[in-house]
Amino acid sequence: MNPVRRLGRWTIARIARLGRASLFLYQILMRLWRLAPRPGLLIQQIYAVGVLTLLIILVSGLFIGMVLGLQGYNTLVDFGAESALGLLVAKSLTRELGPVVAALLFAGRAGSALTAEIGLMKATEQLAGIEMMAVDPLTRIVAPRFLAGIIALPLLAALFTAVGVLGGHLVGVGLLAVDAGVFWSQMQSGMDFYDDVLNGVIKSVVFGLVVSWIAVFEGYDCVPTSEGVSRATTRTVVNASLAILGLDFILTSLMFGEG
Amino acid sequence: MYTRKHRLETSDAPTSDRRVLVEIHDLDFARGERPIFEGLNLEVRRGQVTAILGGSGTGKTTLLNLIGGRLHPDAGDVIVDGCSVPALTTAELYEIRKRMGMLFQSGALLTDLNVFDNVAFPIREHTRLPESIIRNLVLLKLELVGLRGARALLPAQLSGGMARRVALARAIALDPLMVMYDEPFTGLDPISMGVIVKLIRELNDALGMTSIVVTHDVSDACSIADYIYLIGDGSILAQGTPEEMQKTNSTQVRQFMDGLPDGPVPYHYPAADYIDDLLQGNSQ
Repeated sequence: MNPVRRLGRWTIARIARLGRASLFLYQILMRLWRLAPRPGLLIQQIYAVGVLTLLIILVSGLFIGMVLGLQGYNTLVDFGAESALGLLVAKSLTRELGPVVAALLFAGRAGSALTAEIGLMKATEQLAGIEMMAVDPLTRIVAPRFLAGIIALPLLAALFTAVGVLGGHLVGVGLLAVDAGVFWSQMQSGMDFYDDVLNGVIKSVVFGLVVSWIAVFEGYDCVPTSEGVSRATTRTVVNASLAILGLDFILTSLMFGEG
Repeated sequence: MYTRKHRLETSDAPTSDRRVLVEIHDLDFARGERPIFEGLNLEVRRGQVTAILGGSGTGKTTLLNLIGGRLHPDAGDVIVDGCSVPALTTAELYEIRKRMGMLFQSGALLTDLNVFDNVAFPIREHTRLPESIIRNLVLLKLELVGLRGARALLPAQLSGGMARRVALARAIALDPLMVMYDEPFTGLDPISMGVIVKLIRELNDALGMTSIVVTHDVSDACSIADYIYLIGDGSILAQGTPEEMQKTNSTQVRQFMDGLPDGPVPYHYPAADYIDDLLQGNSQ
């Protein structure tokens, strides 16, 4: 087959897959209301994707905050501006690092688990079995996991940010020579609810949706063999990470592009 | 029995023959370019155990998926209890599936639920019964398959035969009109196999169900079935009661029934001439 035809075939396959993924998203969204009478299903999944991801999020947040404190101090102190350290740490965490790094960790920890779980359910005929018991697998299995991801990620990102600020405080105030009062008051006066906090929350909701969508679709669409499940899991982590970084740029330019 | 009579009276769509539960007319189905069925005709009578025999890859499982509405035929019709399955809407399809049980080869138990919750799963999904009644129903079904004592175990702790019995208890949890068994005898030791054979026959007769057993095991199919279809090459090669099948002279049927390695189904996968192939050296 010549390269042009191969490129054409590859492109068509990609577009067809994107179409399937979009239809899949639509089907899930149409089923979300059916979860209303069964909050137990959702809570169980929020525990699985949220609470079980908590530890890695908190530890990473602490270290990122500490590194920010150290690097920020070394840069700011040359200009005698170390009083702005609190503001620097808080702004970079709420606007960028909180949503983005939490989403990347979430894709690696919870997204891959979601794909593997759904993929294995498909490979072991559990999804087919559920369907033959007249239960819709999209409502019973996929929709709660998808919604749980959207709810859990913004909460995890908020905790990541909070712990990160504490980490910055630990280094900046505890180890280096920044005054605690200045650290907090600069942060308090410089942070804006809409520009910083709200935009950060919007980002993490979007990332939560995209990561959960990719994870459940890859699991549901995988080739039902052990090799297929392993490939789907890898694709989830790679595609979700790329999507997070790409979307972060787009969202940032939409939110802050006008200056 | 009350339930069965009740169901017979309430199924509204007219059937050509009341004694027939599943009818398949001129069914065509292909996977990609490869035709699986071409003009398949088949009937499953109420209250009987019907065995569908065929070699590997002849589409036996595909046939069950077509009856259950998980696959859509390219042409022809599948009629279950008077309803044309391919023509049903999704909601109607789910409604008719409540009257079908299916036993998968792997059991397909939900791995995160224990035996009790697996059997309770369809009851909890489809009814609003109080937990005390669900408990009684589940214990009743588990007692039928002899695993009431195993209710707290997880699927990973069960042997293959036990998992299939639990799956059977789950398949009959909603008292279905019929149960489809996909290769129920594969990979079991002789004792477990005897248990499954006995269960299929007893459940069929005691609960007044209809059973479709897909298998490639000739002796078990003959011992259990009231009627046998042999499928191959996309259609029915032979049909009849076990006695008729044992006596037939057709070479195709004989090869399958006697397990002969060569015959109408060739031993060799189609290939070029053997000598020519060897003499070609390195070229592909």
